[in-house]
Amino acid sequence: MTALQVLFYAFAALALVSALGMLFNVRNAVAAAMSLVVTMVSLAGIYVLLEAHLVAAIQIIVYAGAIVVLFLFVVMLLNLRADEFAPGRQWPTKTAALLLVVAAGAHLVRIVSAELPEPAVPPAGFGGYALLGIALYTDYVLLVEMASLLLLAAIVGAVILAKRKLD
Amino acid sequence: MVPISHVIGLSALLFMIGVAGVATRRNLIVVLMSIELMLNAVNLAFLGFNRMWADVDAVHRYDGQVFVLMVITVAAAEVAVGLGIVISMFRNRDSVNLEDVSLLKW
Amino acid sequence: MPVEVVVKTVFIILVIVGALAPVITWVERKQSAVMQDRIGANRADVAGITLLGLLHPAADVLKLLSKEDVVPLGANRFMHLISPLIAAVPAIVAFGVIPFGGVYHFGDTTLSLVVANPDWGLLYIFAIGSLATYGVVMAGWSSNNNWSLLGGMRASAQMISYEVTMGLAVVGVFMVFQTLKLQDMAVAQDTTFRLLGFLDRLFGIPVPAWLDWLRLPAWGIFYQPLGFLMFLTAIMAENKRPPFDTPEGESEIIAGFHLEYSGMRFGLFYMSEFIEVVVIAGLVATMFLGGWAIPWLSTATIIGGVGSVFGTGFATGLCILLHFLTFMLKVVVLIWLQMALRWTLPRFRYDQVMDLCWKILLPLSLANIFVTALVMLIAGSPS
Repeated sequence: MTALQVLFYAFAALALVSALGMLFNVRNAVAAAMSLVVTMVSLAGIYVLLEAHLVAAIQIIVYAGAIVVLFLFVVMLLNLRADEFAPGRQWPTKTAALLLVVAAGAHLVRIVSAELPEPAVPPAGFGGYALLGIALYTDYVLLVEMASLLLLAAIVGAVILAKRKLD
Repeated sequence: MVPISHVIGLSALLFMIGVAGVATRRNLIVVLMSIELMLNAVNLAFLGFNRMWADVDAVHRYDGQVFVLMVITVAAAEVAVGLGIVISMFRNRDSVNLEDVSLLKW
Repeated sequence: MPVEVVVKTVFIILVIVGALAPVITWVERKQSAVMQDRIGANRADVAGITLLGLLHPAADVLKLLSKEDVVPLGANRFMHLISPLIAAVPAIVAFGVIPFGGVYHFGDTTLSLVVANPDWGLLYIFAIGSLATYGVVMAGWSSNNNWSLLGGMRASAQMISYEVTMGLAVVGVFMVFQTLKLQDMAVAQDTTFRLLGFLDRLFGIPVPAWLDWLRLPAWGIFYQPLGFLMFLTAIMAENKRPPFDTPEGESEIIAGFHLEYSGMRFGLFYMSEFIEVVVIAGLVATMFLGGWAIPWLSTATIIGGVGSVFGTGFATGLCILLHFLTFMLKVVVLIWLQMALRWTLPRFRYDQVMDLCWKILLPLSLANIFVTALVMLIAGSPS
């Protein structure tokens, strides 16, 4: 087990534990959000191991550093209290959940033991900002423009939705 | 380097946890966070496969990473608008519980 | 290799965090006293020797260590305990990419006085700056106190707004130096360029050769003056220093997010703010003021000149010393500047802070990127 493999499994375990922490943290929405931050930072670590350096930096700067702060901001603004898991018909729900977990487990075993081709050796500078930037602005420039239009629409929409009524 | 199937397995597990969050939690903000977790799982799958095919021709070499950047952009836009909706909902009903906005349910 | 990294890290922690940050608390008191025409704190003494008040940081630390650690009733204990750590660690860890000295060659080994010089150095600073928001936000939430909550909310909005401007303000620097590595940026500023060169490259007016001695050091501030001003403003707002200290506005919301903290936990918040002052000084010095480079005296000149008389080894050692002292001098000047700004300007109102970010700095930084790109297109990259 090389050091990189140990790192990957450590980050994977951390991501899973904090994702479950987000799921099961019923009493405190802020604690759930912080668990999500831990998940995202450990995923950024895995991205670095997968040679996607710029994407890892953007994951931390945008996802962990701005989006979850936005969640925390709304939680604090609305001063939310405790939550509960959905009640409802206990035994049918629990049986269905158990069956789903078993089926998902079988699929998971099949996925993990699949024989995928060996990862190719990446060229130098793969995933760095230089080559990815060139690719973004030459081959995928239309996507970048559409993304900027989408963000403009989102900004306008969010401002209008959160405004108080103009009366 | 780990086998890419392990990366995809991790992505599948995270996706399932996200789906469980969307299906069972009643707090709208936690549902939105579970959706973010699902998007992250999908990003991980994209990057895993991008790493696997890293020596394909130069035009398509960064398909996975560019798609992940677009997913992050869409997630940011969706969170902004979604939280705006949450704030409006809270102003109208004084609660972010999903069961309080079930007027259209039969 | 790892030994080198450990030595540099220990040096940073001992010198910068352990010695420089407490001295800055003394600077704050003395500089404000000088600016306000009073004496300042000078009573702390050891057997009657007051040393101009330099013992006050030590007295402060002893006082903070001996205070009772109060966790408010109804507060989330775990979050209350770890928030100061989450606020302090990014400030200290940011020193990992700031270069204290240049790149020196001793035979076939290369010594580079920076802990790490990764390809994405500047992005690392932004990433950990984004994570520093959580310490403040969690401190505000977990204190179970209305004023803390207000301070935490103001802090989160202010910090994530100014992160955007901070990033955009340095895109111009990034374009001019064509690299994100901070050590490479400092190396690129180790030279000079013709003062009247812009006439030649932009407008095609030939500059007579006898004017070639009129040169400026190739510092970032001469290439990107507007970027320097915007970055300094944005990163001071990110640090929540006055005049941007609405999150801890003492006269409005008592102490804001660090209201319910006492003893060394408050000391950690306080210290992390001062450590970030040094980080800001180091970053601005590296990107805009040439870092460790001595103006008009490049490394090659020193090693060539002194080396021909005293030998290359001695010349390189002298170079290391001179570069380190130059960097420290620039850091001290920038710390003085931040302190002067803090004690001159009154606190901005919260809506003024947000207006400044979104309505003034953001359009200006976008215009800066556009103009820089235009100039680079016409003139070619700097040389």
